Amino acid sequence: MTGFTRRRIVQSMLFGGTALVLPSGLIAAEYGRGEGMPWSPFKGEPPYHGTHADSFFTPAEREAVAAICARLIPSDDDGPGATEADVVTFLDRQMAGFYGRGQHWYMRGPFAEGTATQGYQSRFPPAMLYRNALAELDAYCRTRHDAVFAGLTEELQDEVLTGLDEETLTFESVSAKTFFDLILKNTIEGFFADPIYGGNRDMVAWRYIGFPGTRYDYRDFVGHDGAPIQLATVSLTGRPGWSAP
Amino acid sequence: MTRELPGVDVVLVGFGWTGAIFAEKLTAAGLDVLALERGPWRDTAKDFATTFAQDELRYYWRHGMFQETSQSTLTFRNNSAQTALPMRHWGSFLPGNGVGGAGVHWNGQTYRFLPSDFVARSHNEERYGRLPEGMTVQDYGVTYEELEPHFDYFEKICGICGKAGNLGGSTVEGGNPFEGPRSDEYPNPPMEMTFSQDRFAAAARELGLSPFPVPSANMSRAYVNPLGLQLAPCTYCGFCEKYGCGNYSKSSPQTTIIPVLMQRENFTLRTETEVLSIETAADGSRASGVTYVDTSGETVFQPAEIVVMCAYPLENTRLMLLSGIGTPYDPRSGEGVVGKNYCYQVMSSATVFFEEEFTNGFVGAGALGMTVDDYNGDNFDHSKLGFIGGGYIACHTTNARPIESHPVPEGVPGWGSEWKRAMRENFLKTTTVGVHGASMAHRSNYLDLDPTYTDAHGRPLLRMTYDFTLNDRRLTDHITPIAEEIARGMGGREVKVNALNGSYDSTPYQTTHNTGGTIMGSSPADSVVNRYCQSWDLPNLFVAGAGLFPQNAGYNPTGTVGALAYWAAEAITEQYMRQPGPLVQA
Ligand SMILES: Cc1cc2nc3c(=O)[nH]c(=O)nc-3n(C[C@H](O)[C@H](O)[C@H](O)COP(=O)(O)OP(=O)(O)OC[C@H]3O[C@@H](n4cnc5c(N)ncnc54)[C@H](O)[C@@H]3O)c2cc1C
Ligand code: SF4
Repeated sequence: MTGFTRRRIVQSMLFGGTALVLPSGLIAAEYGRGEGMPWSPFKGEPPYHGTHADSFFTPAEREAVAAICARLIPSDDDGPGATEADVVTFLDRQMAGFYGRGQHWYMRGPFAEGTATQGYQSRFPPAMLYRNALAELDAYCRTRHDAVFAGLTEELQDEVLTGLDEETLTFESVSAKTFFDLILKNTIEGFFADPIYGGNRDMVAWRYIGFPGTRYDYRDFVGHDGAPIQLATVSLTGRPGWSAP
Repeated sequence: MTRELPGVDVVLVGFGWTGAIFAEKLTAAGLDVLALERGPWRDTAKDFATTFAQDELRYYWRHGMFQETSQSTLTFRNNSAQTALPMRHWGSFLPGNGVGGAGVHWNGQTYRFLPSDFVARSHNEERYGRLPEGMTVQDYGVTYEELEPHFDYFEKICGICGKAGNLGGSTVEGGNPFEGPRSDEYPNPPMEMTFSQDRFAAAARELGLSPFPVPSANMSRAYVNPLGLQLAPCTYCGFCEKYGCGNYSKSSPQTTIIPVLMQRENFTLRTETEVLSIETAADGSRASGVTYVDTSGETVFQPAEIVVMCAYPLENTRLMLLSGIGTPYDPRSGEGVVGKNYCYQVMSSATVFFEEEFTNGFVGAGALGMTVDDYNGDNFDHSKLGFIGGGYIACHTTNARPIESHPVPEGVPGWGSEWKRAMRENFLKTTTVGVHGASMAHRSNYLDLDPTYTDAHGRPLLRMTYDFTLNDRRLTDHITPIAEEIARGMGGREVKVNALNGSYDSTPYQTTHNTGGTIMGSSPADSVVNRYCQSWDLPNLFVAGAGLFPQNAGYNPTGTVGALAYWAAEAITEQYMRQPGPLVQA
């Protein structure tokens, strides 16, 4: 008899501890009882990354979003922007999925505006916030400049976006500032997320800034001492040379 | 209808870091232990494999492993004149969910609090006179000396990599000269540092400070812990905090304890079971067990001889309030204890931008860093400073994950071509000197139940009322300039100071170091549990986690959380099991 089981008897007298006897199948998941670490193949959850079928934006919305992203992260002499990275496709898939629906967010009322320190308080989840804001944005641009946002010059587009950012331009149905902050955040996400999500196409954004991507072992480089490290960029699906000739 | 199950010796509410610690110690003592965990089963092979663990969008920005706010969140306001509103998605902190809890996706910076931190009221009053009115700082009721063996054991379980600075009272070169006396060296040597830490250490020494390696739960070499579990060398992958480790290189419940528990016949784990309340026996003398709901929606009563709350400070506090255990704290009268002394962490930093040199932040790890403790706790004279406590000043290289980390110099706009270029120019050429400041308790900062908002089961959310205090502001105003001075000595082109200004903002990530709410102490009038983490009201109810801290120190909490869990587990096996009842007479 091990010390372990002996102690167990001692305690049982103290506590009258009863071993669990449970009809199996009643409980969602139970582990232990000396069975070791559970494992079965292919049980890891795949990420939601969106495919061609996952689309939320109307053609007009898509055009507006693409135009906004292109101003937030422009394509210029210095390198690729949201357009080359196809950020709009990333956003379209995100809005069509759990994120756009606000499925994991707390979306119960009552809704109130709140202070800046209280964070997102829109009654709309992201996708519907986009939809409402984009409609008002195009309506504003039509009244003011006789064209939808996507049809404006880059200078005018920047002016309108600055208005949203600095809260000189407001909307009726949703907070223009909340929309601006969210689309900026989402655009940065789409630019730099793994290409599996539809943006950062061909890892253009990672290569632009020198991020080697999803590598997992830098032990050989810890002693870099301030020198640059040259490594080919890798994504979750691999890299050209591994996954394509 | 609630189904009643056969009883067990011990039920653990939540199965993260503290749940695993209690499970190991109490099963080893022969008790039949059942852990109830709200989230799913998780382990390395299935959930953190190196072929997909490094997915920034999924795990950080889409909250892949955190508690889902749609199920339960909390409401927040800066002061009691405001109306609290729900945190609709996480920002400032990221509560864990699932087996391993936040221990899966922590950084692994594993400090011991200073001896004076445990006696914050008596120590500071003795040295500096009475604390200001409204500052509800108090002593823990347990001392550093009592916890020392448990700090030591937790460090060995984790295989912490570091350098002792005080071995049994003698100062050791290269470690933290201010730390409390240690009975032993760290089980593993410090991690290998990078360029940024070298520059930081040199600049700090130049100022007469004493830099030492951050005690790290990322392995500097292969290690076998006292339970026989093996950890592998960290690969500096740069996807540590907010991510699971694919290499078995980060100490977590999964890598250091759970595989052993899974071999024990007297351990059972039920996942996807959310505890709704702690039940009290009809005569009010003890906890009778817990009620939980599983994914089928069925509610179940699980009787137990001992209940240990391991559900993280925020949920531990809420469960106590929902279960009507202990007197809720009333900020107007200052009476009551549950929800009292909520504290956080006071953070600021200075970013260094280099011109020529590359910091290569992607070569990073959660606890890779050098730090100084000269301005922590009471390691410096506070006479006439108007505040108590302090913080460590550290230079970490944890990552260069581009959605999260894109520091740009002062004056650069937040979007457009100029931003994009500045991002490219500086992405691999910056590092940060951060201040990790203590947060002292104040009468006006507390947790209670929200009167309006409810969770997915229709029960009140926890309400947080919190803002930085005068002590916090003076502390950060005093120490941030020192961080800036170190940063300026590191040889960069420019330095940008990120001072702590204005009210506490619940939106940007700061730390998941929420403390208080179920505080420990020496009297039922001012604490929820006694020095053994045992409820003053129900002697078979024990509480774990940073909710025990009467106020937060200038360190990450988990080293002290682990030590307190081992201390309390020992009190159960050595004292309570022999003679069940209150371990301290009220
Ligand atoms: C991103 C991040 C980085 C961090 N980095 C550091 C660091 O570098 N150093 C440091 O010291 N600390 C760090 N921490 C904090 C550290 O993770 C926590 O201190 C530690 O995990 C706390 O242990 P715990 O057992 O109290 O809670 P957890 O480990 O979070 O476990 C609590 C468990 O209880 C479960 N639970 C909650 N409510 C219920 C319920 N009603 N019913 C059933 N189960 C429930 C949860 O799902 C969870 O699994 C970090 C945390 C985060 C999130
Ligand atoms: S940095 Fe090291 S310990 Fe952290 S996740 Fe990567 S390999 Fe694991």
